[in-house]
Amino acid sequence: MNIPLLDVTGLYKSYVGVPALENVSFRLEAGTVHALCGENGAGKSTLMKVIMGIIQRDRGEIAVKGKSVHFISPRQALDEGVSIIEQELSPVPDMTIAENIFLGREGPGLSPFINYRSLNRRAGEILATLGVDLDPRTKMKRLRVAQTQLVEIAKALSYDSDIIIMDEPTSAIGAREIEKLFSTIRRLKAAGKGIIYISHKMDEIFDIADTITILRDGRIVEGGPAADFDRERLIRNMIGRKIDTEYVKNNVPRNELALEVRGFTRNGEFSDINLSVRRGEILGIFGLMGAGRTEFLNALYGVTRADSGSVYLGGEKVRLTAPRRALRKGIAYVTEDRKESGLVLVRSVADNISMAALRELSPFGFVQRRRELAKVDEMISRFSIKTPSSGQLVKRLSGGNQQKVVLGRWILIDPEILILDEPTRGIDVGSKHEIYSFISDLASEGRAVIMVSSELPEIVGMSDRVAVFKEGHLAGVVDRDNVSEETLMSMAV
Amino acid sequence: MSERERVSAKAEMSSRDQGKDGEARLKGIISEYGIVLVFFLFCAVLAFASPYFLKPKNLINVLRQVSINGLLSIGMTFVILTGGIDLSVGSILAFSSVVAASFVSTAFPGRTEAAPIGIAILASMGVAAVLGGVNGILVSRMKVPAFVATLGMLSMGRGFTFIYTDGMPIPKIDPSFLVIGQGTIFGFVPLPVVIFIIAFGVAWVVLYKTRFGRYVYAVGGNEKSAKVSGINTKLIIFFVYVISGVLAAIGGLILTARTTAGLPQAGQSYELDAIAAVVIGGTSLSGGQGDLRGTLFGALIIGVIGNGLDLLGVSSYYQQVIKGAIIVGAVLLDSFRKRND
Repeated sequence: MNIPLLDVTGLYKSYVGVPALENVSFRLEAGTVHALCGENGAGKSTLMKVIMGIIQRDRGEIAVKGKSVHFISPRQALDEGVSIIEQELSPVPDMTIAENIFLGREGPGLSPFINYRSLNRRAGEILATLGVDLDPRTKMKRLRVAQTQLVEIAKALSYDSDIIIMDEPTSAIGAREIEKLFSTIRRLKAAGKGIIYISHKMDEIFDIADTITILRDGRIVEGGPAADFDRERLIRNMIGRKIDTEYVKNNVPRNELALEVRGFTRNGEFSDINLSVRRGEILGIFGLMGAGRTEFLNALYGVTRADSGSVYLGGEKVRLTAPRRALRKGIAYVTEDRKESGLVLVRSVADNISMAALRELSPFGFVQRRRELAKVDEMISRFSIKTPSSGQLVKRLSGGNQQKVVLGRWILIDPEILILDEPTRGIDVGSKHEIYSFISDLASEGRAVIMVSSELPEIVGMSDRVAVFKEGHLAGVVDRDNVSEETLMSMAV
Repeated sequence: MSERERVSAKAEMSSRDQGKDGEARLKGIISEYGIVLVFFLFCAVLAFASPYFLKPKNLINVLRQVSINGLLSIGMTFVILTGGIDLSVGSILAFSSVVAASFVSTAFPGRTEAAPIGIAILASMGVAAVLGGVNGILVSRMKVPAFVATLGMLSMGRGFTFIYTDGMPIPKIDPSFLVIGQGTIFGFVPLPVVIFIIAFGVAWVVLYKTRFGRYVYAVGGNEKSAKVSGINTKLIIFFVYVISGVLAAIGGLILTARTTAGLPQAGQSYELDAIAAVVIGGTSLSGGQGDLRGTLFGALIIGVIGNGLDLLGVSSYYQQVIKGAIIVGAVLLDSFRKRND
């Protein structure tokens, strides 16, 4: 019998008496992809951190290739052949792609000099295997979120480890890159490597996984060959309740135009975008990486300035030169990267939620604290945000709950138009469902919703119409009746 | 939310947040009030070491000395909370104080009689606001790093001061002006201390009760998020530098009144003590975290240490070493505390 690449038995981990992992056992065989599923807070990231030596277990055994190990630092894990692609991206912004990939092992040996030509060449080779067309000398800060994630993947792969942990590796990248990643994974499998794949995306799991294990509240609830599972069984075990449809749609678009954009152009990013959204409508925006969707939203909201084009709200021309002007016109913007431009991590949940509404909450310049806290509590319960109190620092919350805080902030100002950029990225299934029904409710109340997403099922399931972006221009707009994943994809490539 | 969910939520947090645990609770108290405890600890040690320390006359003296740095530190707190820094407060203090002196001194060329002190006060705060405003524009609109912009102002401000005074002190200040630095309330509370307390109170209200104060914290915590949330980040950054300048001017008025002359070399290195007070008080140099209470006790600690060491006859050279060690020690303690996150 083959020795498993990774054998975890009876793992326990608690934080001051509150268990995060209880009696977790897990096995990864060579040449397989083992998917790990569970809601946010189930313990997946904790388990991976213990395996990587980032945190220490309380009890239990871990064996790598038959050898019992106890990592007290990620360096040790890397040396023993375990690498990880983390969910939260943290590159060194002022260094180049090549420098980031080979950080700490610029080599060779003890030489104090770095051979940049070799570094860039090797980096280029790795990027090529992922089908990424980027110059390795580009500085990380110039990259979009999707590109950053690809570099992170390249970095993990460059260690050539036997065990590779991938924590939501596709949360920010587009369909084409996902395919490239998957073919790389299949190649790694054939070479005898083992991959632990953590994801919320059902389609991907069924596409790539050989085995599936489900974590719930720190315990293993189910596990087995992927072939034995179907979508419904998977979701049910993750949440512990039955869900019939994932997408919620009960809005009917009205006839009035809420927002119209004509000839919107920003050199080098997007050109001649013409779009409109009606009251009560959900306009989806789909496109591959680099298509210009987020750039368009940033210019629309005034974070950046468009070079030409005009915006009309309810028929009246407006100049949205800064976010605060858009805000005053009743537009809300949930950005793509909550840590970078959504949240203030060192402030509390309450501060973050009330941030955009402070003007209304401070009629004479003084903040009406009681009113503020009441409204904050309202948002916490409305979105079921898991936090011990509203004074909790937002950086301590899980990714999904952080996203809900951002949503809470924008819903608090009661917007007429809501712009969402990847609103369910990195969120568990249960919360996703809540957010979909929330978006649907907003639209049915007569608001206009613009939703950018890379998840085809999500776009198809939620939108009344879908605008497809391709390399900076509008490839077309498709009605709900004519929309399908294939149609959208074919327009986007 | 359900008990299950709450337990689950807590499992996500680090152990320091389980406020109900005895150990965690103690840690919580220390991190909240640590600076206050340290201050009283220092006082206790000094009270043992020197019989003069607790004498009322001495304590009042300490408070009076702390007032000027205290004022500068308040302004510095606002600036550092936005993630910036103001190296020019010493120079702004100097320039604004010689401007004030020039209005109330009969020795100033071209002045035959002293102007009303109100004019002097307004003029000095006015020029300070302008200099602070220049800092503000450089940092907020022209994207000059705060360190560089205020370093430039440090030099320019000092230069303006020497140009304005031709390098010479401005003596013969009208006695009515001197009350600012030498007067008392109720017969024993020095006016500088009262001024400081009032300024502190106003700053407290602004920072903790107003929208502006919230915006300061938001801008310092994550400028981009603040901007997307509709905050006019440029305006907030501009204003904190103006505030810093104006508070430096008030400090300058007190200093001039105490030294009875407008001295062009006044305030040199004052910015360092102001920054030290803010840093010892636990405010993070990266912005978005910290509070005024910390700054208050930071300034008190600096004052008390200086005074105590004076009473013990410790040479000022050693005092500088000790002060430096305290600053570094305070930040180390603070980062140690934060590392548990």
